[in-house]
Amino acid sequence: MDLNSLWFVLIAVLYTGFFILEGFDFGVGILLPILGKDDKTRRMMINTIGPHWDGNEVWLLAAGGATFAAFPEWYATMFSAFYLPLFLLLLALIVRGVAFEFRSKDQNPQWRSLWDWCIFTGSLVPPLLLGVAFANLVRGIPINENMTYTGGFFNLLNPYALVIGLMAVAVCVLHGAIFLEGKTSGELRAASHKAAVRAWPIALLLVITAAIGTYLSTDIVTQLGVNPGMIPLAGLATLALAGYFVRKNKTGWAFLMTSGTILLTLATYFLIMYPNVIVSSTDPAYNLTIYNASSSPYTLQVMTVVALIFVPIVLLYQGWSFWVFRGRITEESHLEY
Amino acid sequence: MDPVTLARAQFGVTTIYHFFFVPLTLGLSFIVALMETLYVRTGQDVYRRMTKFWGKLFLINFAMGVVTGIVQEFQFGMNWSEYSRYVGDIFGAPLAIEALLAFFLESTFLGIWIFGRDRVNKYVHLASIWIVALAANLSAFWILVANSWMQEPVGYVIRNGRAEMVDFAAVVFNPNIWTQFPHVISSGLTTAAFFVLGISVYHLARPGDAKDLYRRSFQIAVVFGILGTVGVIMTGHSQMQHMVNSQPMKVAAAEALWNTEDPAGLSLFTIGDTKNRQDVFAIRIPGMLSLLAMDQLYGEVQGINNLQAEYEQTYGPGDYVPPVFITYWSFRAMVGAGFVMLAALAYALLLSLGEQLENLPRFGKVFLWLIPLPYLANTAGWLLTEMGRVPWIVFGLMTIASGISINVPAWSIGLTLMGYTLIYGALMVANVYLLAKYARQGDAPPAAVEPEGVPALYLVGD
Repeated sequence: MDLNSLWFVLIAVLYTGFFILEGFDFGVGILLPILGKDDKTRRMMINTIGPHWDGNEVWLLAAGGATFAAFPEWYATMFSAFYLPLFLLLLALIVRGVAFEFRSKDQNPQWRSLWDWCIFTGSLVPPLLLGVAFANLVRGIPINENMTYTGGFFNLLNPYALVIGLMAVAVCVLHGAIFLEGKTSGELRAASHKAAVRAWPIALLLVITAAIGTYLSTDIVTQLGVNPGMIPLAGLATLALAGYFVRKNKTGWAFLMTSGTILLTLATYFLIMYPNVIVSSTDPAYNLTIYNASSSPYTLQVMTVVALIFVPIVLLYQGWSFWVFRGRITEESHLEY
Repeated sequence: MDPVTLARAQFGVTTIYHFFFVPLTLGLSFIVALMETLYVRTGQDVYRRMTKFWGKLFLINFAMGVVTGIVQEFQFGMNWSEYSRYVGDIFGAPLAIEALLAFFLESTFLGIWIFGRDRVNKYVHLASIWIVALAANLSAFWILVANSWMQEPVGYVIRNGRAEMVDFAAVVFNPNIWTQFPHVISSGLTTAAFFVLGISVYHLARPGDAKDLYRRSFQIAVVFGILGTVGVIMTGHSQMQHMVNSQPMKVAAAEALWNTEDPAGLSLFTIGDTKNRQDVFAIRIPGMLSLLAMDQLYGEVQGINNLQAEYEQTYGPGDYVPPVFITYWSFRAMVGAGFVMLAALAYALLLSLGEQLENLPRFGKVFLWLIPLPYLANTAGWLLTEMGRVPWIVFGLMTIASGISINVPAWSIGLTLMGYTLIYGALMVANVYLLAKYARQGDAPPAAVEPEGVPALYLVGD
């Protein structure tokens, strides 16, 4: 495998890690006004993700940074093409991050309610927009021979992109509900279970719709064939199994399955893309690929050494942090947020 | 307005705003880490309460720094995509490394520090805040590696129509970074020290039973403040000496030195005619600029007009003069603030050596009003650094105007500029409200009952 492909894989891993990890805390944030009947419940919900959300979000920053370092043309074209959606994404992440820290620092119910809505909006908007953005990259956006985006804002709001965005939201909600069920006890746990049971068919329906859309709107047939192979099918299977395990009250297994769904969906996505990184709807000759968008071989080598040393270390201590905070949050737990 | 002006305004607004929170994070993390170390070593309850009090303020400020930092990483691609294409082979690396080495550490261990009191032992808890402090400062290092390359491009060749890295070590060991990084770290310590001094005297000047806590906080801050301020002046001085060679135009603009002089005088006060590039009124100390720049009373310092002529020969026709008014006055604001802070610290040292902190003299309250001073210096410093590079986005390689995203219309940049300004303004209100609330509230006993008298270091009670 050449270094360009290795970096394509590495960036795929970073985005996948981001969606699996931040996916559940987005889900918890979206469920906050729905399951959080009172202040105490909302605090318990937020505290399940309290120690993790920031570390989870760094996966996105790392993916962005890695894209810049390894594929500057991809970074430059994508970020300037998705200008307004990224602006909204940034606003969402800003108010969300501040809200976690600020909400508990004042007793005033209006103050708390304001930040709780920021957490909700800040959790709902990012998966929606990232879904839209990812869908457009594979569906194709107008790119000219200079790798420059020639479309506008409304080119990005096509039905396929919206379906992918909604799918991302639904999967996050399911993933988050299962996470909550595993991390809480008592009434909140029961409510989370109910939410997971209700979210599952919606997520399944949207994933199937998205799969059909992918056949209609992308190059999947040329890239993977009419039979797309094991990975996408296994993705569907894990989602089906997630529903089964939720009903059987095997929360740990259910969480593993939704994590698998996210992993395999992203894997399918990057398999359809490879070796493209942005598809040009103007002319396939103008596609950005891992070769014409990449950094020099020297920079890729340097970054490979850095990544091979530090990614395993990051995985170790982040894994350790999840181990430290294992177990359930109860009504008696000390709540920081 | 044209897209370049709007994009520059956006970079200015978002970066200055971001750097409002960063220095306090950089410095206060070490101060809080030291306080917790004292608690773990001595077991004295005053250090636990101290860590908790300053830790709370640290966290409020930290959150703002983190979220505004995300904008910075995205902005290069959004507004400056031609720049990103041209320099991404070099500039992207430190940004990615920053995320990989620093952001992950910082965020994960901050999570342990905030939430982990019941789950890890006190040594791991203590180690967490030290890791956060080191990671925050490490993050500053890598972003300054990126900025240094814009000031002084090294370790590259121009190939395939862009700058390509040929020597990573040269980029990391850029001579510019080794004066800039210590300067920024020192400014962080200074900012945090004045923050602690100011809030401490507020409590020392009023009746209350936590005098001991604030007296000791004041003393700790004096030590950090002296280290920081002396450091910031010394490293600032070596930065200037380096810049005379690497970016002479920036020095000339900061001094409003229109023509090359030997020996060169230091401007104390200049009213200049920036259009015709000459003094209207000026007081200069003869030979002083040569002395500062080269450690001797003679020596040539290049002037704006001479450099302009030289650059026209090298780079072709164009205006290579940075905005002299801004660079000249921001330089003076920064240096002036630096020396006022040094004097203030001498006074603080005097106060903390005797018994005077217990019965604070009326004038001691002055420290409350000095909290903004390092902020002024930090902002002025960055204005000088970035404005002094105009018209270059990368010195000598690429102009600002050619770095902009060509596909983003002006109205989009204007709209987002407005959006950031509004949301940042609102968040600033909330941030200042919380900081003031907790700073004022002081070391009030928490309402929550702590389990079985174990002095747990919970950061936030109900």
